[in-house]
Amino acid sequence: MVKKILLSPWTKAVVFALCLVPLAELLWRAYNQDLTANPVEFITHTTGDWTIRFLMITLSVTPLRLLLRQPQLVRFRRMFGLFAFFYAMLHFTTWFCIDKFFDFQEMGKDILKRPFITIGMAALLMLAPLAVTSTNGWVRRLGYRRWQKLHRLIYAIALCGVIHYYWLVKSDIRLPLLYGAIWAALMAARLIEWRRRRVLAPVT
Amino acid sequence: MIIRKSTDLRYSDVTPKQVYLNRRKFLAAGSAALAAPLVRGNTPLAAAVKSPFSTTEKITPKDLALHYNNYYEFGTGKEDPGRNAPGKLVSIPEWTIRIEGEVAKPRTIDLDALRKIAPMEERIYRHRCVERWSMVFPWIGYSLSALLKQVEPTSKAKYVAFQSYYNSKFELSSFSAGIEFPYVEGLRMDEAMHPLTLLAFGVYGEMLPDQMGAQVRLAVPWKYGYKSIKSIVKIKLVEKEPPTTWNLAAANEYGFYSNVNPEVDHPRWSQKKERRLPELFPRDTIKFNGYGDQVAGMYAGMDLRKYH
Ligand code: HEM
Repeated sequence: MVKKILLSPWTKAVVFALCLVPLAELLWRAYNQDLTANPVEFITHTTGDWTIRFLMITLSVTPLRLLLRQPQLVRFRRMFGLFAFFYAMLHFTTWFCIDKFFDFQEMGKDILKRPFITIGMAALLMLAPLAVTSTNGWVRRLGYRRWQKLHRLIYAIALCGVIHYYWLVKSDIRLPLLYGAIWAALMAARLIEWRRRRVLAPVT
Repeated sequence: MIIRKSTDLRYSDVTPKQVYLNRRKFLAAGSAALAAPLVRGNTPLAAAVKSPFSTTEKITPKDLALHYNNYYEFGTGKEDPGRNAPGKLVSIPEWTIRIEGEVAKPRTIDLDALRKIAPMEERIYRHRCVERWSMVFPWIGYSLSALLKQVEPTSKAKYVAFQSYYNSKFELSSFSAGIEFPYVEGLRMDEAMHPLTLLAFGVYGEMLPDQMGAQVRLAVPWKYGYKSIKSIVKIKLVEKEPPTTWNLAAANEYGFYSNVNPEVDHPRWSQKKERRLPELFPRDTIKFNGYGDQVAGMYAGMDLRKYH
């Protein structure tokens, strides 16, 4: 039953629509002029929040798949990762177009001088090739092994996202620490799984 | 969005002169039903005197100002104080300020007495937050100097320390907010005595709403917003520079002076520009927030980078 639901194209469509809800809410609030007194900050924060959430959701697919014994869950992983990239691009574009007003020189200065921007930019730059190579064609072209190696960059990207968040908050570090803990737990789940597999693997 | 032109109609014009509503007497006289709307913090407070210190810039729409606040005791998100604070502070029955330290006449003054110390003025001030946004508020109050003169500072009084109200029952813990509570701030004596330094009791023609620092706060317009301490319950005149909350949290980011200065970056962002809310695109920040003519003299010869 669960397997049937997971395999249904309808489920994929519904999940896709759900992933667009944060954007829809943002647009709805914009339409109602309800983006607080500081719309640019509100959009930057909302898109940043959803970027880090989608990164964590993407990272939790594999552990959940093993824990729940539902291998079909992997069907959603690419979509979540691409949504992380989508919200990251909205996040970056807001900053670049409105905060920096397309000023490349100012942008360059900030990237070099402000560590939280530097690491955010690093995360985005690592995310881009993963988005490009997310297609089946690229998996084939690279070969699964190499493709998988490349896509392990997501671990570093999510960690950079956490550090970015930790460095930018003024004093309330509860949420950055929470995301840090989630990241650590998801990595620990992988370590345990790799250990287990190595133990089970035939010795050659 | 409708934005009122500040030059044609001021909040003081629409409130009858000399109508000083005393909330406490009102509360005592009224029934519980009457008290309910009053604790929402919309009691009119009239300012008889208009101030030459006022700017003619557009006043920030009240609705935006009430839902975009930094008041960490009520939450660290901008929308939190507007949700969590209303009713909490204005319903405290006996609000007093204790003034002590290097003064000849230490006193505990209640709100009624405080309000009568000097005539209420309306002052339309720019307010520049360290986070690169700014607003324009029509404060109501009088110069802090009027209060300080009453307690007769001694010759040892070199600084003034302020403390906010704090009650962990309905306010955030220091652990959650990441800064020490109760919130403390300080000014040098000449800054505290400067006529621009306002002891504010109201804004937008009404008594201060909770999220903007009821019942009484400072407005120090040439400094970053966090120097304008909210909900004051204690003032102490002291000989040495007193500790201040944000400086305790991160000394390299928030200095004791915290004068608005586009030439000195915050370590994590440039202070050259600011966003005058609700505008989208930033404008240039002016040194001392545009109050340089009045205040720059106090810092003559000081290295403002070192004493940021
Ligand atoms: C994968 C990459 C990224 C992630 C996961 C991410 C995540 C976040 C998060 C969670 C926030 C805080 C939201 C809040 O406080 O509610 C944030 C804020 C911010 N991010 Fe990012 N971000 C990323 C990339 C970037 C990039 C590339 C830039 C710009 C070059 C950037 C610039 C900012 C700025 C300016 C803020 C607001 C800072 C402030 O309000 O002081 N971020 N980001």
